[in-house]
Amino acid sequence: MEATIEVAGLRKRFGSALALDGMTFTVQPGQVTGFVGPNGAGKTTTMRVILGLDAPDAGRALIGGQSYPKLRRPLSQIGALLDAAAVQPGRTARNHLLWLAHSQGMSRRRVDQVLEQAGLASVARRKAGGYSLGMRQRLGIAAAMLGDPPVLMLDEPFNGMDPEGIVWMRGFLRSLAAEGRAVLVSSHLMSELQDTADHLVVAGRGKVIADAAVADLIAAASGDTVLLRTSGRVEAMTALTHAGATVAATGKDTLTISGLAAGQVVTLLNQAGIGFSEVAAHRASLEQAYMDLTRDAVEFRAQPAQEGTVR
Amino acid sequence: MTAATTPYRTSQRSVSDSFARLVHAEWTKFRTLRGWVLAVIAAVVLIDVFGLLVVNSGGIQCSQGSGAACLPSVPTGPGGEAVNDSFYFVRQPLPGAGSLTVQVTSLTGMISAQTGGFIGQHGPAGLTTGLVPWAKAGIIIAASTRQGSAYAAMMVTGSHGVRMQYDYTSDIAGLPGAVSAAAPAWLRLVRSGDTITGYDSASGSRWTQIGVAHLPGLTGTVQAGLFAASPLEFTPNFPSYGESGGSLTGSLATGVFDHVRLQGGVTGGWTGQNIGRGGAGYDGPLIGYRQAGGKLTVTGSGDIGPVVSGSANTSYDTVTIADHLLGVFIGLVILVVIAAMFITVEYRRGLIRTTLAASPRRGRLLAAKAVIVGLVTFAAGSVAAAIAVIVGKVVSRGGGAYVLPVGALTEVRVILGVGALLAVTAVLALSIGTVLRRSVVTVAAVIIALVLPYILGVAGILPAAAAQWVLRITPAAAFAIEQSVPQYHQVIGQYGPPDYFPLAPWAGFAVLCGYAAASLALAAWLLRRRDV
Repeated sequence: MEATIEVAGLRKRFGSALALDGMTFTVQPGQVTGFVGPNGAGKTTTMRVILGLDAPDAGRALIGGQSYPKLRRPLSQIGALLDAAAVQPGRTARNHLLWLAHSQGMSRRRVDQVLEQAGLASVARRKAGGYSLGMRQRLGIAAAMLGDPPVLMLDEPFNGMDPEGIVWMRGFLRSLAAEGRAVLVSSHLMSELQDTADHLVVAGRGKVIADAAVADLIAAASGDTVLLRTSGRVEAMTALTHAGATVAATGKDTLTISGLAAGQVVTLLNQAGIGFSEVAAHRASLEQAYMDLTRDAVEFRAQPAQEGTVR
Repeated sequence: MTAATTPYRTSQRSVSDSFARLVHAEWTKFRTLRGWVLAVIAAVVLIDVFGLLVVNSGGIQCSQGSGAACLPSVPTGPGGEAVNDSFYFVRQPLPGAGSLTVQVTSLTGMISAQTGGFIGQHGPAGLTTGLVPWAKAGIIIAASTRQGSAYAAMMVTGSHGVRMQYDYTSDIAGLPGAVSAAAPAWLRLVRSGDTITGYDSASGSRWTQIGVAHLPGLTGTVQAGLFAASPLEFTPNFPSYGESGGSLTGSLATGVFDHVRLQGGVTGGWTGQNIGRGGAGYDGPLIGYRQAGGKLTVTGSGDIGPVVSGSANTSYDTVTIADHLLGVFIGLVILVVIAAMFITVEYRRGLIRTTLAASPRRGRLLAAKAVIVGLVTFAAGSVAAAIAVIVGKVVSRGGGAYVLPVGALTEVRVILGVGALLAVTAVLALSIGTVLRRSVVTVAAVIIALVLPYILGVAGILPAAAAQWVLRITPAAAFAIEQSVPQYHQVIGQYGPPDYFPLAPWAGFAVLCGYAAASLALAAWLLRRRDV
């Protein structure tokens, strides 16, 4: 089985609300794919459709080329964490994993392995009702890992985690991808995925508005600026503006230039014989790139929005 | 970052069948919630505590004392059932084949003048003319004069015409109508080995065969002759369905016989004997027989027939094993809650998504859940019923109540039937829980459909006809599985729950199965097509 998730043309309507409007993307093995978008973008619905929990009105979702209900032992093909709060409070973490393991014909030993892996071994015999949200996230991760699946799909796994947990989660997701697994992680906070995701699928209003490598997205963001410190401020402004840049004076001897890369700025200044003491490229953050992309796709806005696409 | 060239392979393999895995998983779910396990144990305990302690709280008082001292000695018939066998018998031995023919010209009777009075207490002065519906006089061939002997008889009755009855429980109708000198009834019994054939005739020349009785016990010399009996008359306290208690009135019946002819007899003289004297009804100077002008007049009291529950035709208190199962409905409520929660808490917690992700074939998941709630409740119900029935017999006897004996197979049917009743009810609750997805409304629905009709029936709140229909068409019909002794049309009794039900045990159980199957099908259909 190929470790992939393919989502093609998913449409789903709940009453008058269009939750999915042609959602289409593919999750590749060996990398962490971030699935981001504002609330209501259709992330959770997409994941439910992938797991066969919700039936789409149109389109299909395949795991390794097969639809979910056809999977013989689904947890060994795709591990999912949808809602960390979905546990029976009176049951211990270990017993929660035990019934799941039994449903797949797996043993007690495997349960202890994933508890260890998720860092829950010491609290495994405590009732899940007493777990913090962060611990429940770890329990959800343990459940997803039970079948040692080649595909993992986690909905908002960082929610409720303490900083230490977030660091652990990032490392864990990276290690899963490094093993050749396909990892799809949703989040509504781009910063959580900043150093984790290799690839991003940005959703808005039930469809994909960007699907690209993280590096490409950042490069394409509008926020790239160059900071220039020079004593010839007026001359520099003239030369750079002439070359097509937008220049703003931000201090007595500093300028912020957008529309030109740092290297181009240096070349121009050298040609014009203008001295400078500092040129610094200021890279757009993933957060900025994301905000740019989703500005028009945020569901609750006063003015009519337009479709933003970066492809 | 570059994509890995070799796809990741899972290390986890399994060989077991997928449905067995699901059942295993659901079992693990059930047993790892301590509250559920404790609730099932509590259900068992409550069934027994309520059935044994509350129902048999007071011991019986009698002239011999109280409790076990009051336990009567009750004859049992050839089939093992408790019987009344008290009547006046005018007899001759019959060593082999033969026949007995009579003409009955009159059947009259006397009842207590005082409503609700017991005839034995009043003597002849307290009597007035009256004939109870099942007063009987006729001819009988019995294995011996011992109470509970095998027999076959032809008789005229107070208001049910000519009957052939044998071995206490069998009853076949013959000529209708009352007898008189102008319209006498001819009766005949023919014995050949252990087979007795009954005939009746209006003319004495053209005979109609009524029935053939094969009575294994009827070998060698038997007793043949005339008899008269008149059962205790039962008046319930309330005209409702169910056991409300009531009062008993003794009675007498007198039959006048002409053209008495015994073929195959050896002595030629008649002997009178009051069989089971005082056992049921009147035992005073009016009892006996007279022979005059070729006619025989026989007066007797009592009955030859099965004992029914509710002390409706006995002077002693009777109970059935079902009387110890009154706690079943309490345990049932608890088990309904557990069975409903087995699915509804998954909806409440969102756990249903984890479950269905692990088991995308939803029909099989529902089946696995049904297997577990069914097996758990079947085991709990059977254990509780076994304790209630076995210990209950001891407790009731200790209290002085006579427990109507039943066969081992009947007892097993009642015990396992309670288990099955709880199991199918649990599956019904699981199904409704799947449809409604809410614990409270599910439990309320099952209680309204099943427990409420049962309580209405047992408590005798509804008019009899309404109560009977409720116990026929609602899932509560399944409580019929607890019925251990049959109802007899030839015995007047208080035929209502918890001892008697309008449907036969398995028929009543089938009604519940129908509801459970329909709701399970609906649940499977909805579960498959709904988003979760």
